[in-house]
Amino acid sequence: MKLIEDHLAIDPPEGVPVWDVDPYSESVLANPNPYYAALREQGPFAYIPRYAILACGRYDETKEVFSDHTRFVSSRGVGLNDFRHGKPWRPPSLILEADPPDHTRTRKVMARALSPKVVAGLREDFRIAAEAIVDRLLQMQGFEAVADLAEAFPVAVFPKAVGMLDVHARHLVDYGAMVFNGLGPDNALRRAAMARAPEIVPWITAACTRNRLTGDGLGAIIYEAADAGEIGHDEAAMLVRSFLSAGVDTTVTGIGSALWCLARNPEAFAALRADPALARPCFEEVLRYTSPVHTFARTADCNTEVAGVKIVEGTKIICALGSANMDPAKWDDPEVFRIDRRPAGHLAFGVGIHGCVGQNIARAELEVLLTVIAEKVAAIEPTGEAVWRPNNAIHALDRLPLRFRPN
Amino acid sequence: MPRVIFVTPDGTRTEVEGVAGDSVMATAIAHDIVGIVAECGGSMMCATCHCYVEDAWSARIGQRSDGEEEMLESAACEVRDTSRLSCQITLSSDLDGLVVHLPDAQT
Repeated sequence: MKLIEDHLAIDPPEGVPVWDVDPYSESVLANPNPYYAALREQGPFAYIPRYAILACGRYDETKEVFSDHTRFVSSRGVGLNDFRHGKPWRPPSLILEADPPDHTRTRKVMARALSPKVVAGLREDFRIAAEAIVDRLLQMQGFEAVADLAEAFPVAVFPKAVGMLDVHARHLVDYGAMVFNGLGPDNALRRAAMARAPEIVPWITAACTRNRLTGDGLGAIIYEAADAGEIGHDEAAMLVRSFLSAGVDTTVTGIGSALWCLARNPEAFAALRADPALARPCFEEVLRYTSPVHTFARTADCNTEVAGVKIVEGTKIICALGSANMDPAKWDDPEVFRIDRRPAGHLAFGVGIHGCVGQNIARAELEVLLTVIAEKVAAIEPTGEAVWRPNNAIHALDRLPLRFRPN
Repeated sequence: MPRVIFVTPDGTRTEVEGVAGDSVMATAIAHDIVGIVAECGGSMMCATCHCYVEDAWSARIGQRSDGEEEMLESAACEVRDTSRLSCQITLSSDLDGLVVHLPDAQT
């Protein structure tokens, strides 16, 4: 059995085009839309020889593979490494990298901590933080929106919501980026991320222990489930770790991308100002249009067939969510940003049992922040070039120079 | 093709043709039924596809899913014995003619 990137090196299935592309090259990661279009053009699947994997980017097949948790499992890793053959770089996540029945138990506890009811109780804190940050930025001639807003806001509200006593803004943001780079091949991005693990991981692990959390945050809800015997106390620490890997860098990315969309589409921002109730649909369109998580993988756990293609057990399939969200077969004028599109069915949060468990809190953070901006800011003006930061799983900005014109 | 009848709070009935294997939520979205929001798309995370299953059907659609009961606590409207998240009801020929009532609000 031959392995590549710690997964089974499959042969191209019959009828699937062989396409010599590197989806993880820095040029593709920085500007993925031409790659997405070419991927959809290949057919339902393409075989990528350098990694011996399948890739899909049309909406229907991407949704089928990504959401069918019985045939296409997550417990063998959602990156290129198959945990059945290679050792994961960290103990696997009990929710992201798990399948039922284990996943059902942990998901239920996480869903409780992140339910709409719990999130509703956080909104006032979100608003106070958003107003303070936006007021400060309005005093400035210009600012760098990734650091000064996209990172500043979640770092101000999320650790507090979790109940963390220790806050290290840089580690919190970089831990997520590191986990997501870890989902790619053994390239320069992954190696650079792994090199930082000795510095960041011990801090994260320590910050997730019960004595470093307050008794009234999201973290406490997880530990209460352990007290009730639903999960183990060691598992509780791991689930709190999931808040930090999945809840900071992703939201940072969503905020940066929302600002990028609104700065480039002044008519959309004018519409939002005229009707701040568009904040929530606006974020849905930002998610569809920018796909913060651009690619996650699944592993075929049986011999099966999708769209007439025979897929053998052990096949790694990378699901290009960013491509599915741009598929013209699914969306009218996909490359047009429409604030009121209401793109139900976009795959940015995934769908099914592995759909983002933090989506309520992400939506609430963005809705509150965009509402505050719509109320206080007359115009969002770019003052320099937006620069993207390549990551093996996240499509995020590195720098976004902006100015807020006051009302 | 199992049919589903959606009834709004004012009594308006809309009958649609569903597909066996699809959820009631997906059927509602495919037919633009106002009153099912389904913000999370079927991940049982949002409680915005809440519905009341008509009494006569309540026994036939089976039990709530693991976790559904807790997520219903986040529903915007009163939760009754017949409350379900429509993303957790899968259509089949046995459910042909299923009647579900929509709540006053989802958010």
